[in-house]
Amino acid sequence: MTRALILLRRRLVGSVFVLLIVVIGTFLLLEAAPGDAVDAYIVSTGGDAGMIELLRHRWGLDQSELTRLANYLWALLHLDLGQSVTFSRPIRDVILERLPNTLLLMVSATALSFGLGSALGIYAGARPGSARDRFLSIGSLALYAVPGFWLGLVLIVIFAVDLRWLPIGGIETLASDKTGLDRAADIAIHLILPVAALGFIYLALYLRMMRAGMAEAWRQDFVLAARARGLSRRRVVLAHVARNALLPLITMLGLQSAQMLGGSVVIESVFSVPGLGRLAQEAVAARDTPLLLGIILTSAVLVVVINLLVDIAYAFLDPRVGAGEAGA
Amino acid sequence: MSALASIHDLTVTYRRDGNAVAALRNISLDIVAGERLAVIGESGSGKSTLALAIAGLLPASSAVCGRIEWPGSGRPPLLGRDIGFVFQDPSVSLDPVMTVGKQIAEVARTHLGLTWSQAYAKAKTLLERVRLPDPDSALHAFPHQLSGGQKQRVAIAAAIAAGPKLLIADEATSALDTIVQAEIVALIRRLVAEDGMTLLFISHDIALATELAERIAVFRHGQLIELGTTAQIVSTPSQPYTRALLDAHIGLDAAPLLNRAGLHA
Amino acid sequence: MNPLRRFLRTPEAVAGAILLAALIGMALIAPLLFPGDPQAIAGPALLPPFQDWSLPLGTDRLGRDVQAELFHGARTSLAVGLAAAAAALAIGSVVGTLAGFAGGLVDEVLMRVTDAFQTVPSFLLALAFVSVVGPSLGIVVAAIALGTWTGPARIARAEVLSIRERDYVASARAIGMHPLEIAFREVLPNALPPVLAMSSVIVAAAILTEAALSFLGLGDPNRVTWGGMIAEGRAVLRTAPFLSIVPGIALVLTVLGVYLAGEGIVETTAVRRGLS
Repeated sequence: MTRALILLRRRLVGSVFVLLIVVIGTFLLLEAAPGDAVDAYIVSTGGDAGMIELLRHRWGLDQSELTRLANYLWALLHLDLGQSVTFSRPIRDVILERLPNTLLLMVSATALSFGLGSALGIYAGARPGSARDRFLSIGSLALYAVPGFWLGLVLIVIFAVDLRWLPIGGIETLASDKTGLDRAADIAIHLILPVAALGFIYLALYLRMMRAGMAEAWRQDFVLAARARGLSRRRVVLAHVARNALLPLITMLGLQSAQMLGGSVVIESVFSVPGLGRLAQEAVAARDTPLLLGIILTSAVLVVVINLLVDIAYAFLDPRVGAGEAGA
Repeated sequence: MSALASIHDLTVTYRRDGNAVAALRNISLDIVAGERLAVIGESGSGKSTLALAIAGLLPASSAVCGRIEWPGSGRPPLLGRDIGFVFQDPSVSLDPVMTVGKQIAEVARTHLGLTWSQAYAKAKTLLERVRLPDPDSALHAFPHQLSGGQKQRVAIAAAIAAGPKLLIADEATSALDTIVQAEIVALIRRLVAEDGMTLLFISHDIALATELAERIAVFRHGQLIELGTTAQIVSTPSQPYTRALLDAHIGLDAAPLLNRAGLHA
Repeated sequence: MNPLRRFLRTPEAVAGAILLAALIGMALIAPLLFPGDPQAIAGPALLPPFQDWSLPLGTDRLGRDVQAELFHGARTSLAVGLAAAAAALAIGSVVGTLAGFAGGLVDEVLMRVTDAFQTVPSFLLALAFVSVVGPSLGIVVAAIALGTWTGPARIARAEVLSIRERDYVASARAIGMHPLEIAFREVLPNALPPVLAMSSVIVAAAILTEAALSFLGLGDPNRVTWGGMIAEGRAVLRTAPFLSIVPGIALVLTVLGVYLAGEGIVETTAVRRGLS
């Protein structure tokens, strides 16, 4: 157990270092933008040179780059992400407001893609080379090629416009004052299409990985040994082959989280879901660089946390981890 | 002396890269019930193919001619139930992510219709029989936590869990250290005697065979070139190849081996 | 059996090659078949497809020829896809080789930087980059490459780590070759094959990312893009859904073609190398 803790502590230190690089790097990148938040503000509200200077001074934008970076880092230590120009509110508040919606979307989509994807992958991989295997292989490749935002629009056309079964967008019916279970159900219905769009894209990934993993596991000697012991085919497939093929997929969950966060930007945009992704798009449109910086930082932290959780889960599932053996 | 299995004119051909490779040619052999038969040969002799063919574990891409009869039972044998198979390398013949106890228990459950708790109890008994230290904690151990010899004991326990009549050991000691090899051979000998099993012992090591087996079959290039009792083979080998195999075995125990054969170093 | 014969015997690879050929054909013919500005008004607005045979796929909200836009959009997708993938592979190979070959502190620092790039979602990074510098074709290519170079970098590094212990590297050292020369003339070319095996995946991802950026309005405004067409069609989704659906189908077929053909090439050449 202590070995696991030592590993964890090393990972945490490494992660902090990586996040530091992210902050500094993104800060410098966004600094390279011609014009700053004040310019964007002035464009929409108007003002003269004196006003510009005043605002610059008030928002600390007239100091040197290094000073501002130092100030930013210091503020970060107090969990202060600065002020958003567009919303005139602390960035942290705006982000925390939108974060739960994105998390809900991501967790549901991951559950869909991982669950259904690996189940179909097991189904295909149980009989390699069979008709259903080839069908699922080509089908998943086609799904992989589908752009998420386009799939979202297609789903809207079919289910919201033509069939009118589901709402077009948003996360809940506005001004409906629903509470408790009613509200939960309302949100759930609104999330069906976005979750489906986001989930189906990555479903292909897990399906293919599981299929490949099963093909690999079938070749292992312990599978022949299991057959030699007379175990039923079903048991061999599920308890032995699939169980071993599952491990690399768990690792994939961590790696996919970063991609899915990126994917949520377009999906939230298509379905008008008020989440972090949509916020990023709004920040880009408004040239609100502190907000964009805050969002990128939050995403990076999220990815680090998810990866850590996945690694812990993996350590639980693979008994070889931490034993000094070459576990994965 | 009834035959457990009768092999008639067995030919096995593998397809590799579009070429047909004959692994076994026209093998005819009887396995007597209750005997300990060793199959000796070098690599490529077809001895492992014979083991797989008897067990019914040949890959789908292989072509089989001839037949194997089972006069004792009249029906083809069930893997696990009638035949126990022990593979060469225990570090890859056990599932790395399942506990050792469960891997034995699932065999008992499948063939004997036991509940999980009954199966685990049987697994513990088997671990005691194969002399694994601390069977209670061994039940919940994973393969990588055991040594090579311990893993092979587990594999043997899983092979005999359902009480098969025939135990096939395919190079079961070749991946182990020398001292451990002797222990495993002794273990197999004891278990076979206790349960009245027939033993088919595949090896390239003729000395090991002479210690364990009553009869020896010598294979070369897919053909059975000599078959006889251990005493016959060691003292009066009729084939030059068999003689060469015996001669090539030079070891610390060569003197007693040669003495037994009536020859001198 | 030589690789070409093997490739031609795999139905999926052939299908992919056909799709790719069609795409490349579209891109090349575009200026010939549809000379002039594809964004110019060609007819009445929102003309449905198959009504007027001079405008077989109809027109969009502003009356632009959908077919012309489709063909010209192929040029953008192909150009960005290939350029971004090439850039990502180049950057990744160089970084990975440097890290793997130099080892020590250089390796540590480069790997932390790679970690940092992998921690930020690549689409967000591309978004930020394009919004900071301004949307143009070159910037879009750079933005996509920024997010995708980390994969090739890791693979290159892993390959280099195993290669650098080999004999021909030791003998190059013995002759007195400068380490950088050894790294890029001896080691890198041998580390390339597994990196190149990733190229179809990267090209496909680049095409999809470019489409997403254009969809959000961050593509090059002077060029026709399929993503942009889908975004335009969104405004009339109820009345003219084909405007958004058709470019999407083109995207799916393009990416599918890239995957299938790419996988086919990898399969057939890998077998030749004796990998199994």
